[in-house]
Amino acid sequence: MNTIFHIATHELRRLFKSPLAWIIFAVVQFLLAIFFLLILSQFIDPAAASFFANYGVTEIVVVGLLQIAGIILLLITPFVTMHTFSEERQTGTIKLLLSSPVSMTELVLGKYMGVSCYLFLLLVLISLMPLSLLMGTELDLLQLLSAFLGLILLVSSFAAIGLFVSSLTSHSAVAAISTFGILFVLWIMNLPGNTGSEHFREILTYLSLLNHYHNLLDGVFNSADIAYYLLVSAVFIILSIWRLDNERLH
Amino acid sequence: MNKEILISVDHVSRYYVNECAVSDISFSVHRGEVLGFLGPNGAGKSTTMQMICGVLSASAGLITVAGHDMFESPKAAKKHIGFLPERPPLYQDLNVDEYLCYAGRLRGIGKTELKEAITYSKQRCGLAESGKRLINNLSKGFQQRVGIAQAIIHSPAVVILDEPTSGLDPNQILEIRELISELGNDHSVILSTHILPEVQSVCDRVLIINQGKLVLDEHLDNLQQDDQITPIKIAFRQPPPLDVLAEIEGVMDIEQIGNHHFKIYCESEINTINRITNLAVTSEWQLYEIIPEKDSLEETFVQLTRGESKPLSDENPDGTVEDPE
Repeated sequence: MNTIFHIATHELRRLFKSPLAWIIFAVVQFLLAIFFLLILSQFIDPAAASFFANYGVTEIVVVGLLQIAGIILLLITPFVTMHTFSEERQTGTIKLLLSSPVSMTELVLGKYMGVSCYLFLLLVLISLMPLSLLMGTELDLLQLLSAFLGLILLVSSFAAIGLFVSSLTSHSAVAAISTFGILFVLWIMNLPGNTGSEHFREILTYLSLLNHYHNLLDGVFNSADIAYYLLVSAVFIILSIWRLDNERLH
Repeated sequence: MNKEILISVDHVSRYYVNECAVSDISFSVHRGEVLGFLGPNGAGKSTTMQMICGVLSASAGLITVAGHDMFESPKAAKKHIGFLPERPPLYQDLNVDEYLCYAGRLRGIGKTELKEAITYSKQRCGLAESGKRLINNLSKGFQQRVGIAQAIIHSPAVVILDEPTSGLDPNQILEIRELISELGNDHSVILSTHILPEVQSVCDRVLIINQGKLVLDEHLDNLQQDDQITPIKIAFRQPPPLDVLAEIEGVMDIEQIGNHHFKIYCESEINTINRITNLAVTSEWQLYEIIPEKDSLEETFVQLTRGESKPLSDENPDGTVEDPE
């Protein structure tokens, strides 16, 4: 347990030593600020008042912003996870880890926790924007909570997938692009389903990463959605452990 | 020789897909021994060392470290090992203290002992003043020291160094060598190298590996014993007649290779050289050059690693060296 913690803090420390971590913070905040401003100004525009008549500020501004945050994080997470194993392998530092009394499970969990911690910090920063609305108006805090939980789960599953892809290659850029490709496919998976049979469509829609997120954004707290994200994370963490264990044999 | 066995490698092989990198190697390392691992490039030295450290797993055979099986209980076994790979495993964006702190934590050093361990290993590797320096800004020699400091931070029973002196300047090589001999006092050390004099200056025992097979396992003392015939080049300004030289005790054969130069094949090298020099002084032959043609280790190495070589078989565990002809 201790070892996992040390690996996680090391990962986090190294992330913050690189400019990448800070640039990601800045860029994500900047992009979301633009969207926040756009959505908010639309919402308070008197001309559109009748259009939003049946919705509250939480449903329009907060949910709208977090929906976009989900997509931006899908684009950004590959850059956070790409280093985890690829870089260690390329610089040979992985040998330090492999020759230390550390099990693969501890290693992968430590890395996963480190990356997740960074992403959670990013989410805290993101959440400050909708929370600032509390100064001027009331928000549906339960829906907000459900939406944040959705975002946390979504990002955790992104991180697990990124970690696994990084364990496959020794080139960070390859890891980033491949992770991006996989996440993108998992996101748009429900689109081709429209043409196939109903059964087929249902399966694809169910597997789509962002679909379950929408439920949580709408404040529908379904344990199946939560289980889905936990399962995705667990599967990719186990795959990473398995992959690294196997690497020593071949 | 009754010392505790720290590492035992028992009929270990390793295959990369279809290629056999290491085949059926067996040896053991005792406490306090400094073992030199020699071999041409691609002979399987690094693979063997990585298998002992658990970085790679063996395709067949058994590796035990301090009584723990590397396959069955890797965590217990790895606690006793400090490893410096060919490329020191350094995080360039950390400073020396941060890096050693992480390495110590990975090896399971508790919070209370950590500070002491870092100070001690820095001091041993001559890094006492460099704690706050960024690893990226250190010279290659200093990076190598950080690599060694990392390997000894948890005072492991066995320190494994893969080519610790490659790419260093002669002064740095000397410093690292001194450090290795020092380590040999309280750790067992396995070190691989291309440089033969390095083995002679720091190692107690030498293993030569060629094409994945162990071809020599011998104590250095036995290798350097003087029962073999070694050629010496010798030159006098006032050379004596050939038969005078040939009569000196220990000189087996002699040939003249120039007006002043002779090649002498002698038994018990050092004693014979002493006799010749004494005689040269008393008889005023004006000795001005004396060069041993090849040292015994180099000769053995070349002989064993060039062309076809017989692997050490089980019937011959001492690995007796054939007499070089």
